[in-house]
Parts: sequence; C-alpha cells; structure tokens
Amino acid sequence: MNPIILEVRGLKKHYGVKGRAASGAGAVRAVDGVTFSISRGETLALVGESGCGKSTVGKAILRLFDITEGEVLLDGERIDEMTSRELRPLRRKIQVVFQDPFSSLNPRMRVREILAEPIRNFGLAKSEAEIDARIAALLDKVRLPRDAAGRWPHEFSGGQRQRIGIARALAAEPELIICDEAVSALDVSVKAQIVNLLQDLQKELGLALLFISHDLAIVEHIAHRVAVMYLGRIVELAGKRALFAGPQHPYTEALLSAAPAPDPTVTSKRILLQGDVPSPLNPPSGCHFHTRCPYVFDRCRRDDPALHEVEPAHYAACHLRETPRQ
Amino acid sequence: MTDAASARVVAAPDLPDILPPVKARRGLAGFVVRHPTMAIGLAILAVMAFVAIFAPLLGTVDPTALAPAKRTRAPSADFWFGSDAFGRDIYSRVLYGARVSLLVGFAVAALASFAGLVIGLLSGYIRAVDGIVMRAMDGLMSIPPILLAVALMALTRASVGNVIMSITIAEIPRVARLVRGVVLSLREQPYVEAAITTGTTTPRIILKHILPNTIAPLTVQATYICGSAMIVESILSFIGAGTPPITPSWGNIMADGRALWQVKPYIIFFPAIFLSLTVLAVNLVGDGLRDALDPRMVKRL
Repeated sequence: MNPIILEVRGLKKHYGVKGRAASGAGAVRAVDGVTFSISRGETLALVGESGCGKSTVGKAILRLFDITEGEVLLDGERIDEMTSRELRPLRRKIQVVFQDPFSSLNPRMRVREILAEPIRNFGLAKSEAEIDARIAALLDKVRLPRDAAGRWPHEFSGGQRQRIGIARALAAEPELIICDEAVSALDVSVKAQIVNLLQDLQKELGLALLFISHDLAIVEHIAHRVAVMYLGRIVELAGKRALFAGPQHPYTEALLSAAPAPDPTVTSKRILLQGDVPSPLNPPSGCHFHTRCPYVFDRCRRDDPALHEVEPAHYAACHLRETPRQ
Repeated sequence: MTDAASARVVAAPDLPDILPPVKARRGLAGFVVRHPTMAIGLAILAVMAFVAIFAPLLGTVDPTALAPAKRTRAPSADFWFGSDAFGRDIYSRVLYGARVSLLVGFAVAALASFAGLVIGLLSGYIRAVDGIVMRAMDGLMSIPPILLAVALMALTRASVGNVIMSITIAEIPRVARLVRGVVLSLREQPYVEAAITTGTTTPRIILKHILPNTIAPLTVQATYICGSAMIVESILSFIGAGTPPITPSWGNIMADGRALWQVKPYIIFFPAIFLSLTVLAVNLVGDGLRDALDPRMVKRL
C-alpha cells in the first residue's frame, strides 16, 4: 500500500452557523462527519446524488472555505487550521478540475497566462523561457497543439477547455487532483477521452485522484476505491470490485440498481426508493437513510450507525451489517 | 494517426453551402453596418468635440462680449442663433458652452467610474469592508443626486471644478453598487476558485481575474453617467448653482433665456438642441457598447 497523501477526519461543514459553532439547530448540514483517506497514486471516487455534499467535501479539502469541524491532513500535516499565508505554498500539492469547462477558465486570459499562473505563483520556473518550455510540455501532456498557448479560452470546445483545465492543475505539479464532476458536462465520446487522459496522467505522474461524480459507469472504470455519500455522510467505502459486486449498504444497492446497464438484454431488478432525500436542514434521527430504507427497523430510527468494517477493507454504515457486540 | 486522417475520404466535396456566405465587411463601413447606433452616436459626439475644440475658429466672437445695442436679435446673418438679453452672440456662446458640457460629462464619467470601481472591488471582495462601505453608499444614494450636488455646490464656490466634484460624488454610489454586484457574482466563478488553489494572492486575484471582467459593464455605465452628468450640469447652471454665470454653458444660456422664452424662444432652443443631441449621442454609444460587449443583454432593455 502506498503512503497516505490526504486524510480527512470527521469533516463537517454546516451552513448558516456563526463562526465555528459545532452544530446548532437551523444549520444546513451539507457535510456531516466524513472520514476517509487517499493514498499516493490512488483514485478514490466519491459518489452520491445531487446535494449529498460530495462537492462540498472537495471544496473543503481545497480550503475554499473554513470547515465547521474535523481535520484535513495533507502528508500528515493539518491544513484546515493554517492561515491562508501558511497554506499558500502547500496548495501546490492539491489541485482541482471543475465541472463546467466554460466558467473554469478566465475569459479574459490567454491560455498561456492561465497556465503560467501556477508556475509563477509556486516559483516553478526561473525565466520566461522556462515557463514557455513548461507550458509546451503541459500542452503535449494533455494532447493539445502547442499553438493553443496564444489563444483565448472561447476558441476551444468543451473537451479542449477541460484539457486546458487539467493542464492548469498539472502546471502546479500536484500530488492530488480533485476532479469535481470533471467529465459530467462533456459528451460521451469526449468524456471517454478525458477519463482516459486522467488515467494515463495518473500512471505517468503517480497522481492521486479524488474523483467526485454521480456517473457510476465512469466511476467503475476509473476508481480504485469508491465512497458512497448520502445526506452528508459516507454510507459505504470499499474497493471498486467489492462495492460493485456486493454492496453492503441498502442505499448503495439501490444506487447501483438504478445505473443503466449497457446490455439491453440484461434486465436487472430495480430497487425503487420511496420518497425524496430528506432536507440536510433537518436530517432524520438515527440513520440518515432510515426514512427510505426498505429494511428499516427500530434501531435505525434511534442509533446512528458508524462506518464499520464488514469485510476486510469494506466499510458500511448500516446496523444490518454490524457484527454482534463484543 | 496522421495516416488514418489523410486517408479519410471526403463524402461530398461539391455540395453547395446551405447558407450563402455573408460577405464580411471590414473597416468603417463594416463597423457602421454592425453597430449603427454606436456609429451615429460617435459621429454626433465627434462633431460636438470638434465644435468644442475649434470654437474660436468657427466664426465665433467673444462669447462674453456685451452689446447692449444689439439685444435679443432674431437669428440672422450677423447673429446665426440670435443674441440674448445682453446682446451676446448665442452662436458663440453655444459653441463655447460645448466645452463646459463635454468637459463635465467626460470628467465626471472618468472620475466616478474610477472611484466607484475601487470602492466596488474592495467591498465586493473583502467581506469586512463590505458592510460599512455599502451602508455609506446606501446613505449617499438616499439623497437625490441633484439635491446632493446642489448641497455640495452650496458649500463651495461656483466653478467648473466644483461642479465636476459635486456630480462625481453624487454618481459614485451607483457605480460602486454595480461593480460590487459584478464582483460578488465573479468571485463565485470556478476560475476564481481555481486561481485560489493555484496559489494566487488576493490582490492579484482582484487585479487579474476580477477587474478585467468588470470593465465591460463599467464602460457601459460610464457612458450613462456621462450623459446624466451633462444634464445635471445644465440643471445646476439653470438654477444658478453651477458654473459661474459669466462662463458660457448650455445651462447658463438657457437660464438667461428663461425670462424671455415666450417671446424669444430661440435663446433656449439652440442650447437645448445641442444638449439633447449630445446626451442622445452619449446614450446611443452606451447602448451600442452594451450590445457589442454583452449580446445576451440586448433583448433585456
């Protein structure tokens, strides 16, 4: 197992709370106690439906806002409590690729300027000539023509812009890239190109990826491990094969059954969940999923199930999977 | 890869174009065709600027020279626009008046835009500043701009510089609000978040990512301020709170002609025509700029 690059412990992000108050009534609990870690060179996928808090987790790691509670450790160092001045040099290690390729590039900057920004900020090049050489190498890496450097973002298509976004992330020579729905806005064919590009780059550069997505087919293709989120919490965390072959949490089961199979002759049993996702403003007591769970029983309404190792390296937060207490 | 691409056969190379190609006009003609409103506005403004700059060479006499024997003459070969109650040549006064109006309009637009831009950028990006500054701006905005300008003029001496300053102060809050609004929406853009993660410092984010994207709406707003400043200047002059009465400005000329407007309407008519045309031109340029800079906004207004 590779050494751990990023560790998140008990991360909470509540909105509408003044200061860093732990948990108050009337707060939107966007992320409510999330714990996971990513090793070097690993792809961890964070999946879940809209509004479950997966993007918030990504932005919290990037320190785009202050978190409410919990710890974020980069290479064993806590970054959630650093001042922005202390954090700035460390930001190099974590970069991001956003969902919307149209708003993630400044329309008033040429591609060269966009890519030069991280190189200059982190002092990765000593001269303008070196910056140009690095930019040329970056464009080669993301398979864009070198003359792209002199162009404006609006001259490119969505897929090409996403490549520029990836090149910008790579320019900082990161160790972890957070892909926040990085391929969700792209056409299927372009999507495949970008996913393959990410995989190639990961092999070449030993990058860790936090792949935030709701597209299970892509996740099955790219991830090593998968964390399933529901209403601000991780309900299941396991290796890709284990999770897709034998989901342990009822929510994961339902989620997987909802993904369309590419083979029309295969008819899978659909598990239809009743009702809507409860509001994160007022999450249900006990297990957050108990209002929609087909297997709900008394204890689910009272006790909050902890993430529990049901099989080696396979964690689920469900009372049904808990081994009897010692 | 390249072999496959070159071996590809073009299926139907001789199909006619579905849409006939539109001949792209270049140069001045192309600009007029593409932006007719801006072209008309710029043309009128160019004429006004020419008139203002070359006023002494356009057959004018001293605009302040009194001629009691030739009072209130109707427009004629001697007095193209007639003469006023003191026998001053209205043609000369209107041409020289263009200097005051254009100077006030452009100076106010430039100063108010700059001050409003700085205030708006700071309060939009720095949370701590926002509350205090915007409450002060709200306070300023609660006073009608003309009343505020009148009050400020009452505190100072009548001069063109003081007129510019008063109208600028009255216009700043509107610009600051506009810029702040734009900044608030820009700071949530993913490219600003990406700039943060790539280690860009806050001042550089404001300068390189936020500022360039506020210029387009600000330019449009500046043209409207320019037009409104010209009108406010005339109003101030008209009510005697603006430029000194001796200075020929369109507002002053109209103020002088007010007592006689029923019998000698041309005293007010000519400066009014010039003022209306100039403000119209400025607004046409503003509309044209808005359409050119942000095509999505065309339908909205």
